[in-house]
Parts: sequence; C-alpha cells; structure tokens
Amino acid sequence: MTLKVNLITGRTINQGVTIENKTSSDYQEATACCELNSKEAGLLGKPGSNIKVKTKHGEVVVKLKENNGNPDGLAFIPMGPWANAVVDPDTKGCGMPGFKGIPAQIDATSEKVLLMKELIARYK
Amino acid sequence: MELLIKNGAVFDPKNGIAGDKTDISIKDGKIVDKVSTKASVIDAGGRLVMPGGVDAHSHIAGAKVNVGRIMRPEDTRSGIKPRTKLTRPCTGYTVPNVYAMGYRYAQMGYTTVFEAAQAIMKARHTHEELEEIPIIDKGALTLFGSNWPTMDFVREKDMDKLAAYVAWGLLASRGFGVKVVNPGGGEMWGYGKNVSGLDDVVPNFDVTPRDIIISLMKVNEMLGLPHSLHLHCNNLGKPGNYRTTLATLELAKQVKPSKDRQVMHVTHIAFNAMGGTNWMDFESKADEIANFLNNSENITTDMGQVIFGSATSMTADGPWQYTLSKLVHGKWSNGDVELEDASGVVPVTYYRQAISHAAMWASGLELALLTKDPYKVLLTTDHPNGGPFVNYSEVIALLMSSKKRQEEIKTLPPVFNERTKLPGINRELDFNEIAIMTRAGSSKVLGLLETKGHLGAGADGDVAIYDIKPDQIDPSVEHVKIKSAFSSAAYTIKGGEVVVKDGQITATPMGRTFWVDASVPGEHTEVMMKDIRNKFKNYYSIGLANYMVQDAYLTHPKVVKAGVVPVEVS
Amino acid sequence: MTVITDALCPFCGCMCDDITVAVENNKITEVKHACKIGAAKIMGHHRIKAPMMRTDKKGDFKEVSYDEAIEAAAKILADSKRPLMYGWASAFCEVHKKGIFLAEEVGAIIDNTATVCHGPSTLAVHEKGLPSATLGQVKNRADVVVFWGSNPVHAHPRHMGRYSVFAKGFFNEKGRKGRKVIVVDVRKTETAGMADEYIQVEQGSDYLIISALRAILAGQAAVVPDSVGGVTKEQLVKLVDTLKAAKFGAIFFGMGLTQSMSRYKNIDNAISLTTELNSFTKFVITPMRGHYNVTGFGQVCAWETGYATAVDFARGAPYYNPGETAANDVLTRKETDAAMIIAGDAGAHFPADSVRHLARIPVVQIDPYWNPTTEVANVVIPVAICGVEVEGTAYRMDGVSLRYRKLVEPEHPTDIEILEKITERVRKIRGD
Repeated sequence: MTLKVNLITGRTINQGVTIENKTSSDYQEATACCELNSKEAGLLGKPGSNIKVKTKHGEVVVKLKENNGNPDGLAFIPMGPWANAVVDPDTKGCGMPGFKGIPAQIDATSEKVLLMKELIARYK
Repeated sequence: MELLIKNGAVFDPKNGIAGDKTDISIKDGKIVDKVSTKASVIDAGGRLVMPGGVDAHSHIAGAKVNVGRIMRPEDTRSGIKPRTKLTRPCTGYTVPNVYAMGYRYAQMGYTTVFEAAQAIMKARHTHEELEEIPIIDKGALTLFGSNWPTMDFVREKDMDKLAAYVAWGLLASRGFGVKVVNPGGGEMWGYGKNVSGLDDVVPNFDVTPRDIIISLMKVNEMLGLPHSLHLHCNNLGKPGNYRTTLATLELAKQVKPSKDRQVMHVTHIAFNAMGGTNWMDFESKADEIANFLNNSENITTDMGQVIFGSATSMTADGPWQYTLSKLVHGKWSNGDVELEDASGVVPVTYYRQAISHAAMWASGLELALLTKDPYKVLLTTDHPNGGPFVNYSEVIALLMSSKKRQEEIKTLPPVFNERTKLPGINRELDFNEIAIMTRAGSSKVLGLLETKGHLGAGADGDVAIYDIKPDQIDPSVEHVKIKSAFSSAAYTIKGGEVVVKDGQITATPMGRTFWVDASVPGEHTEVMMKDIRNKFKNYYSIGLANYMVQDAYLTHPKVVKAGVVPVEVS
Repeated sequence: MTVITDALCPFCGCMCDDITVAVENNKITEVKHACKIGAAKIMGHHRIKAPMMRTDKKGDFKEVSYDEAIEAAAKILADSKRPLMYGWASAFCEVHKKGIFLAEEVGAIIDNTATVCHGPSTLAVHEKGLPSATLGQVKNRADVVVFWGSNPVHAHPRHMGRYSVFAKGFFNEKGRKGRKVIVVDVRKTETAGMADEYIQVEQGSDYLIISALRAILAGQAAVVPDSVGGVTKEQLVKLVDTLKAAKFGAIFFGMGLTQSMSRYKNIDNAISLTTELNSFTKFVITPMRGHYNVTGFGQVCAWETGYATAVDFARGAPYYNPGETAANDVLTRKETDAAMIIAGDAGAHFPADSVRHLARIPVVQIDPYWNPTTEVANVVIPVAICGVEVEGTAYRMDGVSLRYRKLVEPEHPTDIEILEKITERVRKIRGD
C-alpha cells in the first residue's frame, strides 16, 4: 500500500556521531532510514525493510525504522543526502530550503538503498 | 623615519601653545625637539594643527556593537563604500564595520579611541574586533559594577581582595580601566528588576550602589590605575535623574586621587541630567551638574551629545535598554552575562519635534558651555548612543558658534526655551578649549597625558591638521567651514606616518591596544582566587582555564604598569 | 602519554570546555567527559591523505601536490564570474577572516551553514532583536525552560546537563528539581520524554500557536479558538500561566521553528512572545546553534562586512539579501558558476537541486574528510582539523567566545595556510 505522510528531516545522535565519516556504512545506517510509528511502519513492512519515499522533488530508497514518538502521518528522515534527495529546494525568499513539512508518499520496495557515492552520482 | 610639520597654527593646551606658528618634529613615531634635514616636510601653511584626537568613551568593539550590526542591516546599508587597493569595504552609520570604525576616526583626525565597556567573559570578542580596527590606538574599559566577586568583597569590606580582583579582572580582560554601569542594576536585571537609587540593597549580595561606587573608587586609587573609576550612573534615562547624578557626584569627595586626575569620571551626562517627573514635563538640568562641577576638583564628565537622527543605544544598563525599547516600541536585544553584568541594544531615532529629545540635545551642550574648565567635560556622543562619532564636527561647530545654536533652536518646538537654559547661553568655545575637550582633556582623564593629547617631546607622533586658518576665520559666523574642516582632516599623522591626506586614507598601519597590568601583593591574589575558583566550580558555565584573554588576541599590545599604592580616605 | 585538560569540544554549539584528552605519540587515545558525538569527532576517522584533482567529475581523482591543487583552486575562483564560497562552520574565526578577504578579492558570495540551520533566526533578529543571555545565566537562575522544536538529547547532548536542565546554579541549588521543563515539538522525542510537560503540535502550526500564546498573554484569551494547531486552548492557557509564573524563563529553539512553514516568521513571533513575557517576569530566548562555530562565522562576518551571512561582494561592497544571495538561492537559480566549499558539506546538506548544480560547475573543496561534496568536487584540498590539530577561536551558541587548544600536531596544512596561498595566487592570476 501507499502511505501518505508529512515528511520532516532533522538531526539524530547517530547522524552526529558519523557526520565526519560519510563514506562509512555507519553513516548510511544512521541516515538512510525513515522513521514512522510502529502502526504505520507495520503497513509497509518490517523494520529494516526497504521503502521508497517519493515527493514532488524526488525519490529515494531508505530503510524502514520505528519510532513511536511519531504521531500518525508524520515521517522523519535524518538530515543527510538521502533526506535531501526528496526535500523542497524552494527557499521561499529567505534562503532556507524546505526541510520540514514535505508531502510524501511511501511504498515498500525491493529496490536497494543506494550508497552515498551512488546517490550523489545520480546528480552528475 | 622623520617628519617635519612646518608653519602650523598649533593648539597644544598641555604645553601652553595656543595658535602659535610652531614646527612639529617627529622621529621614529615620537615627537622630538628637532629632526635632521632629511626629514620629509609637510607645510601646514598656517592651518590648524592639533595633537591627534583622543576619545575616552565610545562603543567601537565587542559583543554589543556586533549585536547592533546583526540586528540592524538597515544601518549597515547606509554608509557603504567598496574596497579600494588600500582599504577594505566600509559599511554602516551608527554601527560601522571594523574597517569603517578605524578609517572614519582617522579621517576626523582622531588617533586614539577607548571602547567604553566590556564584560570580562566577553572581552575576547572585544579584542578580536579591536585587532581588526585599523590605524587607531585603542583600549577597552572593563565592567566591574555588578560582578558577583565585586559585590562579595564590597559586602565583606575587604578592599585588598577587591583590589586583587580588579587587578586580576583587568588582566583577564586585558582591560584598561574600571567601568561601572548602573551599579547593582546589572545583577537585579538578572530577575528583570533594577535599583532605583544609590541606597537600594541588591538582594542576595546585601550591598548598595553607593557601597559599590565608593569601594571601587578606593581600590582604583589603591591600584594607582592610570584612569579613574568610569561611571554610568544609576537611573540613566529617567526624568528627574539629575538628583541621583548629583548625589553620585558627591561620593567623589570621599576618595582622594592617587594621581593628577579625577577620582570619578561620570560619563554621557546628557542622559543623566534630566529634570521633570515624566516625558511630558521633562527638562534639562545640566546647569545644576555644571554648577556642581564648577565647585569641585576631582570629577570629570563627558557630554554624550545627542545628534538628531538615527542612533543605536547600547549599554550594559540592561534594565534601561528594556525600558527604552518599550518607550520607542523598537527592537530589543538583551545580553545578560552570567555573574558579571547585563546589556542591551535598542535602535533609536532622535527627533527635533520631540521635546525630550530636544532637551537632551541641549543638555550636552549646556554642560560643556556652563562648565568653566573644559578639562572637566570631554566631547563625546557616547557613540552610538547619542549618535555616531562621525558627527563630532557638528558638535564642535555647535560649541564654537552661538549663531549656529540659535539657528538649530529655531527648528525645535517653542516649548524648548522653557525646558533648557541653552537659548540664553552665549559662550563660544575657542580652538584651545576644543583641543582640550578632544585631546588634552581626554588624555588627562585617561591618565595618558604623558604620551597622548599633546605635541611636546616624548609624545606619540599623532597629529591632525585641519583645513582652517585660525587667524583668518570667525568660527561663530563661519561654522559651516568649521564643521567641514573637522569632519575631514587635511592630514592625520599616526605614529609619524601620514594615514590621511585631504580626507582620504593613505596608509593603514595597525595601532596598539592599551591595557593595564596592576600588581598587588601575592597573598591578596591567593585569598581572592579561592573565591574565584569556587565561582568557576559552581556557577560559571566555562572553566577558569578558558576564561582569561590569551596573548594571541593582542598582537600590538601596549602594557601600562600600575600597582598598589597607599590611598587616603577621608 | 600527555593528558590535556580543559580542552574544548569542536562539535556542537555547546562548546563544552571540560574535555580531557589523552595523547600518545601524537595520537589521541582517550577522550573523557565528551558526549558520544564529541568523542567521535575528537577521536577522528580516516582522512583524505593528499590533494586530489579531476576534470571529469565522473572520473577518478588523481593525487597532486598542494601547489598544483592551490593553483587550480585559484584559477577556478579567478576565472569565475559568480563564485560561491560556502561552509565555514567547522572552522575557526581566524579562517573566516581569511575567507572573507578572499571573497572580497574575487567578488564572491560568501555564505555559511546557518543558511540551512539558523539563517531564518538572523532574519527574525533583524525584525525584533534578540533578548538573550549567556548559558550560565540560565544555569544559575532559570526555573522554567522551554525547548521548542529542538531536541538536545540528540543534537546537543550535554546542553541539559551543563546549562539548562540538570545544571545546578546559585539560585537553583536543586538543579533538575528546581526547574519546570516544557518541550514543544511535533513528535515525542527523547527530550520530550524527559520533560515535565510535552506539548505536541501539528507540524507547521508553530506560528499559529505562538500567536495564540501572545493573545492569551495580552489578556485576549477570548479570541483564541478551542484548539490551535492540535493544542487545546486549556493547554495553551495553562502554558501561559506557567511561563508568567517563572522567576527566570528560558526558551531554546531549534530547526523545528527555522525550517518549518513560516520560517523566520516563527522566530520573529517567538522573540515577540519572549519580549512580551518580560512585562511579567524575566525571559530570554536562545537559538540552539548546530556546528560549534556557526555562531562565530556570523560574528566575524558582521564585524567585517556589517552582515552576518549571505554576503555578495560582486559590487565590491557588501550586499546582503537572503532569498537572493544565500547559497541555495544562487545554486537553485543556477546562477553561480564556481564554488569553494570549506568546513561544511553542501553535498550532504543541500537539497538535490542545489547539489545537481554543484555537479555542473567547477568545485573546490577544502576539508579534512571525504564526503558527498568530494563526490562533486574537481579540486580537493585536505586540511588539519580545527579544534583538534589547530588552535583558534569559536563562538558558543550564546555568543561567548573561547579559544580552542591544539591537541595533536597536524599532518596537513591549516585552512588559513591554504586560503592565504589561494589568495596570493588569485592576485597573481588577476595581475594585482
């Protein structure tokens, strides 16, 4: 099924721990994921399974993660290149892109999570 | 390097020279009696020559100034000048960037400027900016009036500990002197409150502003610091505050100076000479302050002259800044510093139409014109509180021309005549008196008269030449020429180097930063440091090991030594 | 083994200055007192060994000498009509000064990471000012602390312990027990889990809620609807009562406000709320700044240019207008034709559109680490790590500046050395 959500991005402690080590698998593990509460995550698959997040601005495959702090309809991807594949680039006249509050659709997928290099290679 | 300035009409009050044609010789950055024939020569051609200007109270660097810049892009947008091969870009009017700060002072013939307030904990920031201000010599006064250790030692009546703390605080902040702002009020503002006079007790510390002022005056003289206590009075900005100011001035009688200077410098009088009970019946009481000054020997002041137009109010007087922001419905920044003091920044505009502003404008002028001895009233605008320093030439013209004052008064509300004595004052200051208020006097107040503010042998080779021939001008009538000449020096010479010619920057050497290293008996420091270590362990949010300003922030230091000397207390 | 005490942590805006580091044979072997993130940063990871270059961004890098890389970097900047110099937050103020000078020299736009962090907060400060205080003032006095759209447990792990929640102070000897902690957020974070009160708001409705709080504070509760942004009126009234009852209140806000709908207007409103609370009691507000020296760049840029960030030197004099001159503005408009990315990672932290443009233009990267910016770079110049291998100045989130110690000797040149050499080369190329 397709889950319609409001997407936000932001810091997490493991994103911080690995931020100077962005070629590592630890960084990918910390940031190439999307948090939903267990009820909504359950609609898409098991934690750790691959999901595709699509917005008007792009799409990205990340791992599904549970966080029961999230209310229904709110998805969170840690800040980083995976999150930024789908955020809103419009700075609304004040320099700040739209990193929070992006309408998104999420589906289970069998596609793989791209490595950081592969992800950035898409832009070249 | 040698330089000879010939045919100048020299005004050098300290050395009794008032307009005489005198040659000035400079060698290796210092004034000397004679130079060789190899010296380069500037022919002043009868034009006005004075020592380089010295400003004892201006907000040129540090946290507050930068808060002002960040909150006022509209100010930055005025006064923009692109870079040149020699100069960095300039921006701002009331809160110029560091480069404009140095260039504009030099362009006015000023060569030495003191930042009027830095909290010890934020002194590193002050020095970061001072290090970037080109040309001028500078220094910064350090805030002590609401610091917890100050109040503790005042309560304990332990002047040895307090002296040790002041000496250590000056070292920690690389400060030049003791600044006290609304003593006790900074601490009270921690809970959004204020003191209302000299005898309010500061909760938890059990001291009064009176105790703080007297104690700091005493230790200032015990330490024989070059400068005296530098005081921003309680109740600043409140109608009727002249009574608090007069009561504060009385306190100076209790301590004898350790040197040939005042024991108390009360700053920006225009904000502390207010009569009336509210903003409607507000009147200037500067005449009463001047009267007091005329009958006392050990107090100096500065004008804090208001300039109509845009200003940025910035001070450690946190509660006043909040009040001001409510008065003007303006933007408000607040900057409490843990254990030390408060601060705030509020953009303001002074309007001719507002009688309170007009009366404040009159106050500074009245003070300068009614005080007989110009050594007792320095020329300042409390930059940028009364207005930016670039308006000093306007103030000079006002002081030198009764005609100009009357022209200005015509533009003010009719009720002005009832609220100030200014319309009836005919005194016109001469070049010698202006040289005192902007050079010799400020140097004496700072305790730097040996090397600053005069042109005798041994003084710093800092000279200003203005495009006026004193014997061919009537400043009273030709005040427009006076203003124009003082706003843009024909030459400014800093340490023997021509840094300004015809108002344009010609060289950008780095000036020095003055700070005071005061010695106290080691045992006093040891006892004092026990208290300080306890404060760092429990209350400061940083470690003692990271508190003091490191040498790296003073690449051109000028250390002035001082130390414990006996003081007579009457 | 050498033990260095009172060292500063070069990760977040807390700038903890109580770190102890053990050094053996010029290698850091142990870090004490730091949080997990700080320890990771200080311990370090594998580095870019040598300068690298390539002309085809899809091709592999070739290792080159520092001189070659510097010459190539200088040429890129000197040949550019609209260069962007971005990053700066993980470097010292001394580096910023050199960077601003180079930006003047080449007529660049210089912007820092605040543009994707607290840039909108600066815009709000233009409108309203910032009633704030040093963190020690909060530690000593605060009895009500609000975290709004900020999550210190994750982003500033020692903030609560050192300054805001658990810290004991002069007027608050009880620490945590002496404080009421309120968290306002869109999801129940770990920080929210530690609060006395958690107020969950609908994402993007902060402006509405702050407006409602201001109305209630002004005695106009009657105009507030029963529910605002997912919060009941009852809860809002109770919150206002709590804020008013504080002896000293502190609000710490994060990207929940700066990045959500309304952007800087959220902060503008929150500052107004803080100012208005001062009619009742003492209240201060402080942005939770991310990188340790992102605040420092704003400070240096302000005293050098008059503006805190996003400064355009194309006209020779500083020009400033975020929305027009911020990094993502010029990238998404495809306006900039070359970029230098230093001490910040645009490749990782900019939206795909911006990175796509970076992938099309010549890019110089100056950084210790291989990261997404490296993937789109043409010239990569590795440098020593500020705060670990270099000493210098940074500004804490509350504007207190501190001097970092050098913990170990660097094997790479510093940012300052590289920028000075690039500037020198640029001047030669341009015939100055």
